[in-house]
Amino acid sequence: MDKPIISLHGISKSYQVAIRKGGLKEAFKALIRRDYKVIEALKDISFQVQQGEIVGYIGPNGAGKSTTIKIMSGVLLPDSGSCSVMNMTPWLERQKYVARIGVVFGQRSQLWWDVPVIDSFQLLRDIYRIPEKQYIETLEELTTLLKLSDILHTPVRQLSLGQRMRCELAASLLHKPSILFLDEPTIGLDADSKIAVRSIVKEINERYGVTVILTTHDMNDIEALAHRIMMIGKGTLLFDGTLTQLQQRYGTGKIVQVAYSGHLVDEILPGITLIEQSEEKLSLAVNTELCTVPQCIQWLTAQIEVTDFTVQAIPIEELILSLYKEHAV
Amino acid sequence: MTLYYKYLIMHLRAQLQYKGSFLMLSIGQFFIPFTIFAGLYFMFEKFGTLQGWNFAEVALCFAIIHQSFSLSECFARGFDSFSSLIIRGDFDRLLLRPRHTVLQVLGSAFEFTRIGRLLQSLIVLIYAISQLPQLWQWQHILIILFMIVNGVCIFIGIFMLAATLCFWTVQGLEIANVFTDGGREMAQYPLNIYEKWVMKLFTFIIPFGLVSYIPLQMILDKMEAPLWQAMLIPFGGSLFLIPCYLIWQFGVKHYRSTGS
Repeated sequence: MDKPIISLHGISKSYQVAIRKGGLKEAFKALIRRDYKVIEALKDISFQVQQGEIVGYIGPNGAGKSTTIKIMSGVLLPDSGSCSVMNMTPWLERQKYVARIGVVFGQRSQLWWDVPVIDSFQLLRDIYRIPEKQYIETLEELTTLLKLSDILHTPVRQLSLGQRMRCELAASLLHKPSILFLDEPTIGLDADSKIAVRSIVKEINERYGVTVILTTHDMNDIEALAHRIMMIGKGTLLFDGTLTQLQQRYGTGKIVQVAYSGHLVDEILPGITLIEQSEEKLSLAVNTELCTVPQCIQWLTAQIEVTDFTVQAIPIEELILSLYKEHAV
Repeated sequence: MTLYYKYLIMHLRAQLQYKGSFLMLSIGQFFIPFTIFAGLYFMFEKFGTLQGWNFAEVALCFAIIHQSFSLSECFARGFDSFSSLIIRGDFDRLLLRPRHTVLQVLGSAFEFTRIGRLLQSLIVLIYAISQLPQLWQWQHILIILFMIVNGVCIFIGIFMLAATLCFWTVQGLEIANVFTDGGREMAQYPLNIYEKWVMKLFTFIIPFGLVSYIPLQMILDKMEAPLWQAMLIPFGGSLFLIPCYLIWQFGVKHYRSTGS
């Protein structure tokens, strides 16, 4: 295996948070002396990422996702542990390092609000000292790829969220970064824009070999993009593997939905759970370790007339939920 | 430096998007110090001189400090309004760009409406010089220019200190105004009207005296000193930037280790 592009080893980070009690009296007290509570945001996190991977980094709010991203992007210093990205320690060589990464925050814009998008791009060209020739080429490529030609001359404040997100992506790719950090890139987008953003990220990854670290709450993002999932909860890494591995570990089941007429009379087979039942529709969860899908269908057809049926894998959202539950986060 | 200029052009364009509000604010900025100056005028109408300084001389002192202040508020607005950058969380974005934080903070905001204030104090400056024939030689005009430029440095330094404070708390920033607005209000008059300790504070700690009171005494023939001394003294003002810069760097380091 090649040398990993990102390598974290034993990273820990804790914050001091001032404890505030309600009330005017307490507010005055806080001016003189504050009580602090230490919150461990990350506890001994280690992982490696290979060049060209797309990693989905998931976890409930406050689990430590942003802290990890901030440490990997050099904004924040960890309390202990080591981190090497492209053979650099992010927080030690900040200026040199950040020239080679791109970061998109879904909730915050990096574009200048009142001026046309193209002006922001030109300023970024100067900030990153991109040679003119390279800038023109990259801009052209990104304009085609992200379909920007109609909106380049519009002030950012007049763009829709979906249009803006496409511009944000372009802005963080102008300097041709080797690693792209996407923090909730699809938050608040409509279905169309979400799909557009996903296909763009995929394209960028495939075409330029850019390594992508993606945090999201939308499991469809993960399903569409991530080769690998890392899940964090309460500051520790709970799962690190592929989607298939996750399904094998937690998704040993199928959902069978049936349209029928007649009456269910027989005793339910072991491994089958009734989820929903109405006059003509039926949903069943089948634990495939105890009962195969054909066995289940056979059991059904023996007593009712099945007019239609579908079989699905357990949705990834539920897998994640069961993972959260298992670790009580 | 070119990048700073690019930032400036960008902000100018953005502010000119709202022409009406730009014009109104500029006019407002013209009249704020004007009222103070009018007060000064009526005071002299009544008392004639202030500790041996006549009206034109005090007007000169006033104009120099206000020129410095309006220039620094226009071009170093980024530090002056730094708390909003912290509150919005945009300082993280700054750290993600491969340029020095000081340059980027300077580039984060400009306040062109201060042109009103600048214009007003320029008028006062020209009036004062026209009333003081002993200043009518190029060396003295140059010294006045040095005083203004170094005054800008002092204000920027104070803005930087106030901004650094934001890394610890965004509350209680009023304390910084004691030094910016307070400093401006104090230094717009000749320092000898104040108590000794105030004079010392504004000479050795926040060296406003070096860019107004002391060189003014020299060029207004109130104090015997060779010309080169009057030329050099204002540059003491820019030395103030050195400790301010170091404290800023320390603040950035603190921010990056606490993330708050």
